[in-house]
This record gives sequence, C-alpha cells and structure tokens, in this order.
Amino acid sequence: MKREHSTAPAFDKKQKAAVTSVVVLLGFGLGFGAAHLVSGYIAYWDIVSGPFLLSLRVAFAATAIAGTTGIASGYVLAKGRFPGRDVLETIGSLPIILPPTVVGYYLLEVLSPGTRAGGFLTRVTGHVFVYNVWGCIIAAAVAAYPFCLRAARSAIEGVDPSLEQAARTMGLPNWRVALQVTLPLARRGIAAGLTIGCARALGEYGATLMVGGDINGKTRTMSLAVLDSFTTPERDTMLLILVLMALTAMTGVGLLGRSRA
Amino acid sequence: MTAALELAIARRIGEFDLDVAFTVESGMSVLFGPSGAGKSLTLALIAGLIRPGTGTITINGHVVTDCARRTYVTTQKRRIGMVFQDGLLLPHRSVLDNVALAVRQANGRRARRAIARSWLERVGAEQFAHRRPGSLSGGQRQRVALARGLAGDPALVLLDEPLSALDAGVRSELRTLIRGVIISAGVPAVLVTHDAEEAEELGDVIVAYDHGRVTGTRVVERPVCPEPPPGSAQSTGPV
Repeated sequence: MKREHSTAPAFDKKQKAAVTSVVVLLGFGLGFGAAHLVSGYIAYWDIVSGPFLLSLRVAFAATAIAGTTGIASGYVLAKGRFPGRDVLETIGSLPIILPPTVVGYYLLEVLSPGTRAGGFLTRVTGHVFVYNVWGCIIAAAVAAYPFCLRAARSAIEGVDPSLEQAARTMGLPNWRVALQVTLPLARRGIAAGLTIGCARALGEYGATLMVGGDINGKTRTMSLAVLDSFTTPERDTMLLILVLMALTAMTGVGLLGRSRA
Repeated sequence: MTAALELAIARRIGEFDLDVAFTVESGMSVLFGPSGAGKSLTLALIAGLIRPGTGTITINGHVVTDCARRTYVTTQKRRIGMVFQDGLLLPHRSVLDNVALAVRQANGRRARRAIARSWLERVGAEQFAHRRPGSLSGGQRQRVALARGLAGDPALVLLDEPLSALDAGVRSELRTLIRGVIISAGVPAVLVTHDAEEAEELGDVIVAYDHGRVTGTRVVERPVCPEPPPGSAQSTGPV
C-alpha cells in the first residue's frame, strides 16, 4: 500500500525552534505548577486529612442508612397497591427541594434533647444525636435518602413483572422473589441512586452545620472545612479533593448508565 | 384415581367472559383454540397468577381455589411447573441456577444443582449449564424452561404456547422432546396452543376453546406400541 504524501508545507528550522521552545516552556510551567500543587497538598495533608476522612466516614455511613431505607421504601412504593404512594414519594423527596437550613431545623426539632421529640429519643436510646458525628451522619443520610428512594422505585418498577411471576411459579416465596429476582434485576438503577446519594452526602453542608455543628476535629467535614479555610492556603487542596470526589462519583454514575445500555 | 386437575371457573375481564369446566386425568391435555379464546387466561388462573370471579380449582385432590369459601392457595404452594411462551428465564442467573432455583424437593445448593443438572441432561441442555439465558437461541431457552418447569417435582405442568415463538424446524424437534420428557416423567400436563398439528401431536386429550367456552373434548387416538420382547433394553432417556 502506497503511503500518502503530506501536502502540508514542511516547518523550517526557525519555526521548529519556536515550537520546541514553547513546548519546553509549557512543559516546565506545567511541571512546576504540578510540583508546587503536590508539595502544597503534602504540606497541608495533616490539616486536610481529618475533615477528608470524616467526610468519607460520614458519607459511607449515611449512604448505608439512606440506601437501606431508600431501597426498602422504594420497593414498597413500587410494589404496594395502596392510595397515596405518590404523595409519600413527594414527602420522601422533600430534602431535595427544601433549603438545607429548613431540613436542619426540622432535624434539630426531632433530635435535639431540648425538644419534646428529641428528649424522648435521647431517653429511649440513651444517646445524643446532635453536635457529634451522629448528627453529621443523620443530616447526610436525610440529604441522600431521596436520591436512593427515587432511583430504587424507578428501577424496581422497571423490572418485568412476568419474570417475578415466573419465579413464583417456581415456588419461590415473595421475599426470595424480591431478593433473588427483583433487586438483582434493578441493581444498576439502584447502584446509580446510591452513587448520587453518596455524592450528595459528601457534599452536604447546611443541615450538617446545624445538626452536627462545626467542631474542629469532631464534626468538621470537608464541606464545612472549605468555608472555614477560605482565606488559608489549604483551601485549594480541599477544593481540588472535593472536585475530584465529585468527578469520581459522576464517572461512576456514567459507567453504570453505560453498562445498562 | 384422583384427577390431576378439576376446574370449573368463570372470570370476566372487560368485555371478555371466560366460563369453563374440564378435568385432566393424566398425560398431556391440550387447550386448543384461536387466539383470544381464553386458553392462556385459564393457565394463569390454574397457576394462581389471577383470581377467578367464581368457581373452584383442584390440583391433585387439593382445592387450591374455591371462590365461595374464599380459598386461594398462593402460586408458590400450588406445586406447579410452568413453561412460558418466551421462556422467561431469569437473565441474571446461569442456566443451571435458573433450573436449580425451581428445585423444591432438596435442601442444600449442591443437591439442588445435582437435580437441576440431571434435568438439563434429560432435555439435552447440559452443555449450556453455565451460560446466561441471553446467549441462548429460542429453542435452547425453551429446553431450559422445560427443565425448569419439571425440576421442582410438580403435581402439574402448565405450558403456555411454548413453541409459538420458534421456527418450524426447531418446533418439530421440540414437540418430540416435550412429549417424550413429560410422558417419561409421568407428570400430568396442560399445554396451550392454537396450532392444530401441534395439538394432535402433543395431546392425549384435546379441549377445544372458543370465545371463553369449552366447545368440545376429544381423546386423541394413538397407535399402541407393541410390547418389547422380554429381556430387551428399554430407553429411559429423552426422546
């Protein structure tokens, strides 16, 4: 096979030198910038690691709670035949629409030992759920819950009911049909909801501030720490980490969506 | 002898009115009639997937539906096996798992899988055991669906147009297989079809349906096989 000759004019020596210079300068610039950033991140890691690790702990615990309750309630809404299911879903979705401060206010009403409901909860459980890491987890779980609920309901409704009927003719009891047929078939939609819920829990700010407080070393998550360090150099590290976490989560959602197609 | 199935039911769905009664003793009974006659609806009622408006259904002497007494045994407890038109194999499980899930009579994964494997061998599908249903052809899927329908030691097998989605060559091959496997298993079966040739070839009894009514019942005359000479080998495998 003949090679095709390029019709583009060849670079002369001066042009080659100019391009090489620009490339080298850019390379140096990028390398220097990257080295500076990395050294900066290493230097600030001690300051950043606490909020970062707390955010991860809070996000995973919140996703576990929101995921379990969201999948269970999504299943009930998808399979139940009772009036008011859409109203219940709307109520469950309120944390998406309500300002985080309003969600935080209601959570304080329910959890704070100073209120009637919160006092009762504290007496029954023997635990205080505000201004500690539990407060952060609950606030993040409430923020993540609607995403898990809606994704689970939609995914479960999308499962072909005739496959569930076929499983019943095989003698599988309803709980096994749910666990071995419905949920596995809805897994991609559910996983996408959990991923978005986890990302939302990571980024939760307003309700966490109100319910968890902003206690350094105890309840200061990344989102809170960003504001606290807004005028300090470690801010860039935190911002970059949050952006990377968001990108990772959205890439995960994208991959899940593609594998479904 | 207890009838495998006794049924006298009525159910109205919109404008369609089903009102049928018949009895299945043993062997294969075929519900034959045009599309929309109520054949598949009858199977769904026998399986307990839909409740009738009035009437009773008895499987192997056990009353599973009695509308007057509000008795409705759940699908899971009816001990039926069902083969659907498009197989309805679980796409996220292997072929072997699909059949093993239907095995009721054994405890333990290994025992269930052993039974499932023996049924896959009987329908000639053992080589697909570890494949997913999505990678099988229509005929292969129906072989697996037949194995799944029989693997749970059912009192009655229901086959809802199992061959209608297949091309002619595969259909002919599977007719022989279905009849051979079901007769050799000794499980009474009810098969739905709108194909007259299929009804003749598969059925011991043909129950004719039209517009939601049974219009006639006919026993199919089959040539009696001569007794094999004493001491000769008898095939026990699938036909």
